[in-house]
Amino acid sequence: MDQHCNITKPRIPIMADAGSVEALLQLVEKADGGVDSLDVASRIGVDHQVIVGAVKSLQSLGDVISAEQRSSKHWELTEEGTELAEQGSHEARVFSSIPPEGLPQSELMKLSFGKIGFSKAMSNKWIRVDKSHEGGPRIFTSVESIQDQVREKLLLVQRGAALEEKDKNELKKRKLLAEVTVKSYWITRGSSFSTTLTKQETELTAEMIATGSWKDRKFKPYNFEAMGVAPDCGHLHPLMKVRTQFRQIFLEMGFSEMPTNNFIESSFWNFDSLFQPQQHPARDQHDTFFLSDPALAHDFPQDYLERVKRVHSEGGYGSQGYKYDWKMEEAQKNILRTHTTAVSARMLYKLAQQEKFTPVKYFSIDRVFRNETLDATHLAEFHQIEGVVADYGLTLGDLMGVLHQFFTKLGITKLRFKPAYNPYTEPSMEVFSYHEGLKKWVEVGNSGVFRPEMLLPMGLPEDVSVIAWGLSLERPTMIKYGINNIRELVGHKVNLQMVYDSPICRLDS
Amino acid sequence: MPTVGVKRDLLFNALGRTYTDEEFDELCFEFGLELDEITSEKEIISREQGDSKASGASDVILYKIDVPANRYDLLCLEGLVRGLQVFKNKLEAPRYTRVSPTTGEVQRLIITKETAAVRPHAVAAVLRNITFTKERYDSFIELQEKLHQNICRKRSLVAIGTHDLDTISGPFTYTARPPGDISFKPLNQTKEYTATQLMSLYKTDSHLRHYLHIIEDKPVYPIIYDSNGVVLSMPPIINGDHSKISLTTKNVFIECTATDLTKAKTVLDVMVTMFSQYCSRPFTVEEAEVVYPDGKTCIYPELAYRKEKLSGEFINRKVGISEPTEKIAQLLTRMCLLSQPTGAGDEIEVEIPPTRPDVIHACDIMEDAAVAYGFNNIIRTTPRTYTVANQFPINKLTELLRQDLAAAGFTEALNFALCSQEDIADKLCKKISDTRAVHISNPKTAEFQVARTTLLPGLLKTVAANRKMPLPLKLFEISDVVLKDESKDVGARNSRRFCAVYYNKSPGFEVIHGLLDRTMQLLEVKPAREQGYHIQAADDSTFFPGRCAEIFVHGKSVGRLGVLHPDVIGRFELSMPCSALEMDIEPFLGHTAETLLTHDVPMRETIKHIPPRQGHSQQPLPGPPASTKTVFGDLKTPEGLKALNDFLVDKSYVEGFVASQADVAVFDAVPSTPPQTLQHLRRWYNHIKSFQTDRARLPTTKTQFVLLNACPSSDHASDEDIDLFGSEDEAESAEMARIKEQRLAEYAAKKSKKPALIAKSSILLDVKPWDDETDMSKLEQCVRSVRMDGLLWGQSKLLPVGYGIKKLQIACVVEDDKVGTDVLEEAITAFEEHVQSVDVAAFNKI
Repeated sequence: MDQHCNITKPRIPIMADAGSVEALLQLVEKADGGVDSLDVASRIGVDHQVIVGAVKSLQSLGDVISAEQRSSKHWELTEEGTELAEQGSHEARVFSSIPPEGLPQSELMKLSFGKIGFSKAMSNKWIRVDKSHEGGPRIFTSVESIQDQVREKLLLVQRGAALEEKDKNELKKRKLLAEVTVKSYWITRGSSFSTTLTKQETELTAEMIATGSWKDRKFKPYNFEAMGVAPDCGHLHPLMKVRTQFRQIFLEMGFSEMPTNNFIESSFWNFDSLFQPQQHPARDQHDTFFLSDPALAHDFPQDYLERVKRVHSEGGYGSQGYKYDWKMEEAQKNILRTHTTAVSARMLYKLAQQEKFTPVKYFSIDRVFRNETLDATHLAEFHQIEGVVADYGLTLGDLMGVLHQFFTKLGITKLRFKPAYNPYTEPSMEVFSYHEGLKKWVEVGNSGVFRPEMLLPMGLPEDVSVIAWGLSLERPTMIKYGINNIRELVGHKVNLQMVYDSPICRLDS
Repeated sequence: MPTVGVKRDLLFNALGRTYTDEEFDELCFEFGLELDEITSEKEIISREQGDSKASGASDVILYKIDVPANRYDLLCLEGLVRGLQVFKNKLEAPRYTRVSPTTGEVQRLIITKETAAVRPHAVAAVLRNITFTKERYDSFIELQEKLHQNICRKRSLVAIGTHDLDTISGPFTYTARPPGDISFKPLNQTKEYTATQLMSLYKTDSHLRHYLHIIEDKPVYPIIYDSNGVVLSMPPIINGDHSKISLTTKNVFIECTATDLTKAKTVLDVMVTMFSQYCSRPFTVEEAEVVYPDGKTCIYPELAYRKEKLSGEFINRKVGISEPTEKIAQLLTRMCLLSQPTGAGDEIEVEIPPTRPDVIHACDIMEDAAVAYGFNNIIRTTPRTYTVANQFPINKLTELLRQDLAAAGFTEALNFALCSQEDIADKLCKKISDTRAVHISNPKTAEFQVARTTLLPGLLKTVAANRKMPLPLKLFEISDVVLKDESKDVGARNSRRFCAVYYNKSPGFEVIHGLLDRTMQLLEVKPAREQGYHIQAADDSTFFPGRCAEIFVHGKSVGRLGVLHPDVIGRFELSMPCSALEMDIEPFLGHTAETLLTHDVPMRETIKHIPPRQGHSQQPLPGPPASTKTVFGDLKTPEGLKALNDFLVDKSYVEGFVASQADVAVFDAVPSTPPQTLQHLRRWYNHIKSFQTDRARLPTTKTQFVLLNACPSSDHASDEDIDLFGSEDEAESAEMARIKEQRLAEYAAKKSKKPALIAKSSILLDVKPWDDETDMSKLEQCVRSVRMDGLLWGQSKLLPVGYGIKKLQIACVVEDDKVGTDVLEEAITAFEEHVQSVDVAAFNKI
């Protein structure tokens, strides 16, 4: 959210201190072969970082200078080394703190440099200890004068002079010296070198446009390598994006949308009206969610219900029927619909009640529910896509033709059909498409012609055929967006980053 | 779909040839089977129990074949081979016959009346002189198991018992006794148990425990005895050990007990048709007599052949092929449906064998013809069905709203319709009894106890699962909840809801409130108490006290918004403040709610294809008008131009709200650039002129303002063909046109006499200060101090922008001719001490 972007915040100065930039440029102008930034820093008398800043800011102006990074190693005094260089080595300080009359050893040890200095001075034979002195051991100088070589060497280093390897190592051992790596720039003149700089503008402003001053200004180049600022926006869910495309395809094909906003359905409309027998495994507790409240549906079209009962238990309409004892109690049971075909059944029944039959093409995409075992590709609820065409004299070839057109719009052109079984369609066909990636045929949907035992009790004319097909919305979406775990796509465990990043959905590309 | 496992080499041996895996897969596909997996016993054991267990197991290759759920005749190797051989024309379907015993009496099974209370039906048959091998025996046992799992519905509908007939002696009695009175040695056990003991023994049996519930709570258990009181079986649980069959069994007695007689007969038919193949007289089955409690007797197995007659034309018409009758009869015969043309026209007589109980209607026969023809040999055609598509109104509204809510910066979530009771009640500080939720009776986990009654828990769970994402999280969902509703046939209905949450370091009520305002704007509802929407404080335990408001639209409550209660936030495992909005969107459907999905125009009985005639298939291109006499009078005269100028005082275009062909036509009629005095005309003229190159692409017009062609083509009048593309104005007679033109001219003249309205606009300005220290009241004073002719200041308010900075939003009304926004902005920004910028937030013509 940045609706207040026109409240300007103070700009952070990007240009380095102008004085040092100028001084640097002067030096570069004078030096023919180039200068080292470290050298420049010591000559101007500023910290090296200031010069590095100046180099960076000059680089951003284009080809004023060219700077090549170098690294050099050199020896520097440690904190302790610096102290020693100033005040003398510990042993020298011990020596100089001993008065001619000597000093009790205990007194010496109280001095900060006492302990270290004492042993060094002893080994240098600068001092001696009189252990038998009354009042405890006492220390006396044993030479007249000393030469503090350690301090001298440290001072040499401090001045930048070189030491012998042996001395260096000894001082290093005493943690008085350390080797440091210094990064510096070797600065030479660039192709557009100049000692006078015109300040480059970062952005075009309204003022420049108004005054025309933009014509005389130089503008800092943009860094086109960087990413832009991500726009502040909302996002549609990928599954819903795919749903939109499927709706679009159906609408393009002249299919009208069915009112599928009823998740709760009676077993009658979900199963019985589809000529799905009451002992069918799909009607089992293990496959279907039943309701405890409201447990039963009431209010069925009575004469239709009688016809359904008859065709199940006794047959009729040219059918043998299933010949079992059809029970009203079973049909009344409320469930969470297991397929949207329950709505198709309601719509076809409604169509049959019209005074005169008119051909229809229906579709729906909505949720269905299965009390199934869940895994990476199966959830208890998913979206079913369904298409239905009812007209006089539709053939199996027509169903294949419609499927061909439908799947072509999805970008799937290679189709073949396998005979299958479904209680409410005959013939039933599984739709397979050739998957170029997997190099095999994969099932992409189910289809069929609704059985006369389903259509005729509704009151549809005998020569009307109804063809239908269905597929899930989740599967093509998972393939489209390369998602392996359905929980990352549907439900609260969704990965919002995935939602943010998902591209637009063009199914045919 | 049941899966049958068969040994590959055994299968190929029986088929009389070998196939590659691909060839066999192809054959299955064509026939409607699916070669699901190629494996071996070893592989299966190794996969399920680990490699160590698999050593020593057989590595003979197994084909796992998926069989359609209604084809019980394909559930064993014998059936599969028979079906495929007949399909490939290598075998004629065998004829199954029921025979009387050659020696001795017919076996009898007597049913007593006690069975009525538990399992009333039984059928029986005898396979005489059968020869088992290890493979045949295994297949025989396996088929029983497959039938039990499928058509028998896990033995609840039918249970099969097979017995070595030579170990028992008829007649047999099928009765039912109290479990305590039943005692026998069950299959593969070493001692006798009472039925009661058996039930507890099998409680832990991984296989049998699934069947106990079928009879467990019955007062009597079904039981079959022979004439010596030997127990054959206690269906549907277990057989007796005494009569168990073995590889050396010669004569098999098969009984099926059932609660569904039709299925029992089918199961018996399948068992005997499959395995009579191995009898000394193949495909013959010895009958058995079943005596009912009322003394009635029946002979089984039925092995009934049914004959159906249908026409070749029926098959051709339904499938979409045109095969001769003879050929269709051959196709059906290949599907084990022996068929012959009767000679009466294209009539075919089809015989349905006892192995095909799935064929119950002519459409099943039609399908078999299509399968034999080859689904993929059928020509794909496009049906002629002509329909006009309609969207379901609530879905159309949802689709449109979703797009704009995402554009408003909110991200769409998609949550489950099922959830736990806790989600919709406890976690929201509500009582489950107050929710009107529908309850699921058989949930496998707490995640599926109820259907959601609100979208809020889903969104909060989505936030909780995405806590690592940068803040703020702004989510929405438009979807259905389910509520109990007595008025519906199922006692419940869906309700389409819109829910949004804002989750950030501060509650952001103003963000959610702003989203509500935006939503209402999208839905064309204005902020107003009675004729629009308003919100008012409400008490709701889900929300923080004093931070909840109810949304009213046209006086009716449609939802709530507010800052969530800290308890709710905690219960969803969140830690930041959160504001939320949830409302019904169905009230916004308006009149579109009732849309007829069917045709409102009758269809023609037959469809005649009329090719579009030349020149009619496209809209005629606009040509220059033949006459300059127009609705505004002659545009060559000053009066005409004046009329047009007056017309354009309050209009941008001649017709509607976009430039169209009407503008082009009128433009062409204006002879030259209009004078300065006609400023509206001049403005419009220059504007239309700017379209010059694109003018042909401008939309066509409605009829009323179009400049009329002087000579409507007369040949249309004599054209008696149905003119598919004819438009009304083309058909209009010249007389009609003249009258219309006159009326329009009169109208325009009348209009021109009216005093010109003063064009005014209402402007909403956003004035932003430099920083949070700017004195906003002083700033407002400054703004209001701007005075101009035709400028009237209106109401103002301060709105937060961020970082504690507020902006001044102030309304004003201006006369368009006198005050322009640029002048206004200039005058306000002149107070540069206070004002950083001025933006036009809204501009409306009054």
